[in-house]
Amino acid sequence: MTDLTSLGVKEIRDGVARGDFTAREVAEAFNAAVAEAAALNAFIVTTPDHALAAADKVDAARAAGETLGKMAGVPIGMKDLFATHGVQTTAASHILEGFTPRYESTVSQKLWDAGAGMLGKLNLDQFAMGSSNETSYFGNVASPWKKAGSNAAMSPGGSSGGSSAAVAARIAPAATGTDTGGSIRQPAAFTGICGIKPTYGRCSRWGIVAFASSLDQAGPMARSVEDCAIMLGAMAGFDPKDSTSLQMDVPDWEAALNADLRGKKVGIPREYRMEGTDQAILDSWEQGKAWLKDAGAEIVDVSLPHTKYALPAYYIVAPAEASSNLARYDGVRYGLRDLPEGVGLQDMYAATRAAGFGDEVKRRILIGTYVLSAGFYDAYYTQAQKVRALVARDFARAFEECDVILAPTTPTASFPLGSMNEDPLTMYLNDVFAVPASLAGLPAMSVPATINADGLPLGLQLVGKPFDEQGVLNAGLAIQQRAGFSAKPEKWW
Amino acid sequence: MSNYRIQGATGEWEVVIGLEVHAQVTSNAKLFSGAATAFGAEPNAQVSLVDAAMPGMLPVPNRECIRQAVRTGMAIEAQINAWSRFDRKNYFYADLPQGYQISQLYHPIVGEGSLLIEADEKAGIPEDKVIGIERIHVEQDAGKLMHDQHPTMSYVDLNRSGVALMEIVSKPDMRSPAEAGAYLRKLRAILRYVGSCDGNMEEGSMRADVNVSVRKAGEPFGTRTETKNVNSVRFVMQAIEHEAMRQVDVLESGGTIVQETRLFDPGTGTTRTMRSKEDAHDYRYFPDPDLLPLVLEDDFLAECRASLPELPDAKRKRYVEVLGLTPYNARELTAEVETFARFETLLAETAKATGKDDTAVATQVANWSLSVAPGVLKALGDEADPANATATAQAAILAMADKAEISGGQAKEIFEIVLRTGRDPNEIAETEGLKQVSDTGAIEAAVDAIIAANADKVEQYRAGKEALFGFFVGQTMKAMQGKANPQLVNQLLKAKLG
Amino acid sequence: MSVDKATVAKIASLARIRMDDAALEQMVPELNGILQWVEQLGEVDVTGIEPMAAVIPNTLRLRDDVVDADPLTGGGKREDVLANAPAAEHGFFGVPKVIE
Repeated sequence: MTDLTSLGVKEIRDGVARGDFTAREVAEAFNAAVAEAAALNAFIVTTPDHALAAADKVDAARAAGETLGKMAGVPIGMKDLFATHGVQTTAASHILEGFTPRYESTVSQKLWDAGAGMLGKLNLDQFAMGSSNETSYFGNVASPWKKAGSNAAMSPGGSSGGSSAAVAARIAPAATGTDTGGSIRQPAAFTGICGIKPTYGRCSRWGIVAFASSLDQAGPMARSVEDCAIMLGAMAGFDPKDSTSLQMDVPDWEAALNADLRGKKVGIPREYRMEGTDQAILDSWEQGKAWLKDAGAEIVDVSLPHTKYALPAYYIVAPAEASSNLARYDGVRYGLRDLPEGVGLQDMYAATRAAGFGDEVKRRILIGTYVLSAGFYDAYYTQAQKVRALVARDFARAFEECDVILAPTTPTASFPLGSMNEDPLTMYLNDVFAVPASLAGLPAMSVPATINADGLPLGLQLVGKPFDEQGVLNAGLAIQQRAGFSAKPEKWW
Repeated sequence: MSNYRIQGATGEWEVVIGLEVHAQVTSNAKLFSGAATAFGAEPNAQVSLVDAAMPGMLPVPNRECIRQAVRTGMAIEAQINAWSRFDRKNYFYADLPQGYQISQLYHPIVGEGSLLIEADEKAGIPEDKVIGIERIHVEQDAGKLMHDQHPTMSYVDLNRSGVALMEIVSKPDMRSPAEAGAYLRKLRAILRYVGSCDGNMEEGSMRADVNVSVRKAGEPFGTRTETKNVNSVRFVMQAIEHEAMRQVDVLESGGTIVQETRLFDPGTGTTRTMRSKEDAHDYRYFPDPDLLPLVLEDDFLAECRASLPELPDAKRKRYVEVLGLTPYNARELTAEVETFARFETLLAETAKATGKDDTAVATQVANWSLSVAPGVLKALGDEADPANATATAQAAILAMADKAEISGGQAKEIFEIVLRTGRDPNEIAETEGLKQVSDTGAIEAAVDAIIAANADKVEQYRAGKEALFGFFVGQTMKAMQGKANPQLVNQLLKAKLG
Repeated sequence: MSVDKATVAKIASLARIRMDDAALEQMVPELNGILQWVEQLGEVDVTGIEPMAAVIPNTLRLRDDVVDADPLTGGGKREDVLANAPAAEHGFFGVPKVIE
């Protein structure tokens, strides 16, 4: 029998439906793989029973001849930013350690309703703040990839680093991610997998620990474009509990997948040709153009003049929102309480938050607090929101000339853990290509393109018009078919 | 102009007052969650995951709360902003689970409007005055802290957390406690007419933050203090008086007023510095990214306008100009929703019962409603069952009086019996003999007998001693056991006496 | 604009994060690095541009005034909201005594 853990979402779902294997066999195989992979530190908690129970339900439903869900029999990893009923939900922070929600996030509920099961809660950068998965209170996640000739632990990217590591290591066929400024795409690129952030509002934010409300979007991370299309279909949909949720039907992305790009125009934004970008990345971008041309698309130059300002605007808007969103972690209703002897309420807050938040979280809360404070609001926040409007306008104008935009996902390949910690800015710059689409709320995807000279994966990014996940997925599929990316990390864990 | 002044050692001081009224919007569910708003529930029984700010919870606004704020804005003839949005006001406190209050700073739903307070000499308001209203915005209420249940802990109850409030911000246009009191009473009446707030100050449905400063005539505004959460008209007036005096004392003894938040102590009628919110001045307002801009469609606005009732000022004017009531009666009848509602029901019933126009019976109904009926009710005390005072019963009494079938005294007597027993007024009049005699023959006979028996007085009367007319009336009424129709008695006496 | 230690201390206090001297000292250059970098936004000509109000053009949806219409956002959740509380007594959350 095939190694079940080598299978992806579609293969598992179809295999279970056909009776090639049972959902329970799949769940058991992945539970075992998860148990063996503790060295990756991809999971904060594992939930083998959840996976088995979901599998048994699917097997029983199949035996009873019932129609199976879109994700029936597929055990997945759940980023620990999604509230899960009865299962500790921490956002990788000490301040939420032990917090056990009595509710289920909309997205995770939709996945369970579609027949998926949960292998465990995946590690991440604390409160999704980070690009290397080194800010988790529960320890760094190690990428399953190693640089050729080195044994140094590599970054799986962030913030969805537990997700990317688990999927790349084949200890989960797919995982949820969330993307605020690249947190799905950058880790996907670092680990040679696919990940799509849909249009802002496609996936409900209800029950997802908030980082920056106007940017946060959930999306799937898996090893193929098809798997992403399937899983996104299960995750997306209007939710009346989220005021920013899009009130529109979810297309059948899987059914409409089509790599024939004849008649489509692919835009190449000239401002993405930035200093400090690896030559290998630039080469893979060129290769990407060739692949899409081969798929029938016309390649056109487009301009996104405010690209350079997207990242600084993001580093005002996101921390500002975060400083407010994270005010609720105060030691009163849940999570950590640090109450030194004899102190009052306000000192309890300060002590709790000092003990509960990690350094990067504190840094961003302080920036956010500063830019919103009296006298600075207009100079920083209002200006940043205006620049953000310009970034969005750039895309709108570019999309008058093209259907989808092709760009690198990241300026570099993965780097060793601990190598970028000197200056927070260096780390921020890793999201330079990912952030513009986040600011504009656009659907964007990373697909693996190639391996660099160090044996590390590189990704290509596709950015689409609002609501046009299909266009992004189709272009992604065209690249996937031509790239033939089959590299996988050597098992060392 | 208000002539209210504080007499200080250095001269007269003028008081400048602005009020920020927090009015709980009448709605079934909270502003951003589906939890109930009813008063008096068990602690934390009416709390949703959203109100408790559990991780990942999101706000979705309640249409009714928005609608009521818009209707209130229309009632004070304010600018309605078809594009508004919610902002977060950030501060840390145990009654504020999110660490921010969702409010509206930059783009409130209602802009400038105004409210008229009426002249009331007795209260020290010499003439009508228009008080400007700066804005109305919608925001969340906070929870409640209890400090006396545990030796070292305060307890937090989030039942009120997330209940919708309208904050109605006046301009600093008031110059005396009386004006502030009149403003609050008028605002409360408008809110209750519109139905957007029940105005129940005891249950906290309406509270005022009182901004007070003092200045010498002609000088710019002084530094103000804000006394928080004052929950009755009387307390607001007391707080202003105390705070103005205190400020004058401070200034006259060479001190300066600190812009600060104060608390009112109803026990002593004084204000004091509030310690807990001293450092919370930088609220870092910014648009709530969980909520999109609120855009009000024309249909929505049209429905809001169409659903507005006749408002106090218009009603008062109509009562005077159309119904012919005195300005005093008109003001009394329109001050409270219950009062005008009872009046208008009784007016309609009476018009029906008499077959006359509203205008023909309005004065009678007004007098009955404002003085006769309350007098009878009060005199009866516990013996009265107010439920028996139906509009139908009272209209039947008023109709009998209108047709002169009963006298004013009889009307009261009948109403007394109605209140005690709930019996039918017409039946009471018949069986209890409480009807006037309008039988000309019987009265004529009595008049003739009295004229015959008092020939001397008739002589004197005819000689010009007209005061004696009363004597003949009295004698006739006595002979008729008080039941004769006084108009007929007058007519007949006049005719017979010549 | 750049921040000094006193400013960082003030921000930390506003944000209710206790920081000792060493932590403040360390934070000053980090924040200044970030702030100097974001200040390049000042170069952008934003004449006539409104700050972004909604990422994807969309307006606020309003919900009906119905109590507990959706159990997930309705009331009556005392057990659920108190379940994770560090201090809960008699149906209340407990906090160190506050003097108002």
